[in-house]
Amino acid sequence: MLEITGLGHAYGAHRVLEGIDLEVGEGELVTIVGPSGCGKSTLLRCLAGLMAPGEGKVVLNGTPVTGVPDDLAVVFQDYSRSLMPWLTVRDNVALPLRRRGLGRSERRAGAAEALASVGLGDAAGKYPWQLSGGMQQRVSIARALAYRPSLLLMDEPFGSVDAQTREDLEDLVLRVHRSEGVTILLVTHDIDESVYLGDRVVVLARDPGRIRAELPVTLPAGRDQIGTRSDPEFVRLRAEVGRLVRGVAADLSEAASR
Amino acid sequence: MTAATLGAGTARRGGPAGRAARGLLHRLLPLVLLIAGWEAATRASDSPFFPPPSQIVRRMRDMWLSGPANHLYFSAEAGDSIMPSLGRMFLGLALSVVVGVLLGLALGRSEQALAYLEPLLQFCRVIPPPTLVPVFIVLFDLGTQMQVASIIFSAIWPILLNTADGARSVDPVQMATAQAFRLSAVQRLRFVIIPSALPKIFAGLRLALSLALILMVFSELLPGTSDGLGFELTNAQSQSDLPTIWSVIVLLGILGYLFNTILLAVERRILAKHRAGAKG
Repeated sequence: MLEITGLGHAYGAHRVLEGIDLEVGEGELVTIVGPSGCGKSTLLRCLAGLMAPGEGKVVLNGTPVTGVPDDLAVVFQDYSRSLMPWLTVRDNVALPLRRRGLGRSERRAGAAEALASVGLGDAAGKYPWQLSGGMQQRVSIARALAYRPSLLLMDEPFGSVDAQTREDLEDLVLRVHRSEGVTILLVTHDIDESVYLGDRVVVLARDPGRIRAELPVTLPAGRDQIGTRSDPEFVRLRAEVGRLVRGVAADLSEAASR
Repeated sequence: MTAATLGAGTARRGGPAGRAARGLLHRLLPLVLLIAGWEAATRASDSPFFPPPSQIVRRMRDMWLSGPANHLYFSAEAGDSIMPSLGRMFLGLALSVVVGVLLGLALGRSEQALAYLEPLLQFCRVIPPPTLVPVFIVLFDLGTQMQVASIIFSAIWPILLNTADGARSVDPVQMATAQAFRLSAVQRLRFVIIPSALPKIFAGLRLALSLALILMVFSELLPGTSDGLGFELTNAQSQSDLPTIWSVIVLLGILGYLFNTILLAVERRILAKHRAGAKG
């Protein structure tokens, strides 16, 4: 459903992305992991149509991405700045539905359903700043779900919540991925998270950002925080991803000492 | 001015009713003492230039509050002087808000337009508005047209520049969110840009209000005026009617204080969510 071919981008003389080729299938959950500065965010912005890549192309559902595609939603890392503080939780979730041409009652129903699916059915009338960080990120996930995208992009969505909340949110993503059948592309710098969530892990290298490896995750679909993380296959995978990610860092320090 | 500053302090603090009442008393005390001292001093000196406050209040009542009950006791003279002044001020202020906010939003969202025009706008803003009144006297009809033009030219700048600043500094993540969810231009304005710029727009509005009050009186002091508080002021001056002059001054103080208090209350109500959001 998503095909990326030869994607590259440079900010001036600084090349951030080079020769990215990636395919994501219908209903897949692909995680992209890499060290900071590997162009993860630039890649995501190109996919979301928020910026035009310098080279290469992105095709979503057979249509080349030039502007922001219609059936794509984004969950940003910085939930506190992505939600509008002057709108209630319900209105935040319902806001993008205006673009869908839905009436007021349909928008409210859509928002209520999405909020219930992330376990925030009671918080509809509150303001985002009355909620904890984890709950705010749930709201922005609900906003993306209510939009009913065929592709959901998540940009380090759990980078600014505490560990316990992070695990809860990871399980939430797995649950909605299963129940809604939405295709998800999730960017993270957390190696464990990339293996725990992904059907497939894409490891990026930096300077310039390029794909170092693609690993299929052969863990059973029903994952849980304790069991899966102690599964030998999980341990093996996370070690391998860790080596791939860190290997890049080792290259760098070599280059620097030379 | 002193009254307005004191009032702002009063309005900002909250707390339990008892403490609030006691606080209010403490804050009113200097004012009461000042008035009492003034009364005593003016009575003792018996100067024709400084009538005692009691005489000013009596004059104010005679002039403006001696009307029939079905007019809320407002006299015909109040309708002839206070109403035209306030009408012009609010007309000028309203037009300033409409034009200032619209232009400000357009400028704030266009990096280039703002870069080109900001020096010019800042130049216009720092011109003391009263200096342009003679120009407006030539350009416009004497009376309401000229007066409203003077008020607009003073009040529009803080609104326009603050709105532009507010619209420019919308959080980039909020804008990216609006873009990613494909909100239309109108929806972006209504749900993202305007709410985000609102605190700055209100700050501009407060400045604009006090400028409008100044220009309201100033434009009425000039020849060619036939009504309004400024006219009453010059009229009283030509007759050496000091109590009336003082009455107008006190009334202007009360009006300025009143409008500022109302604006602060409205602002606090509307921006409550913004402030809490900023804290959290």
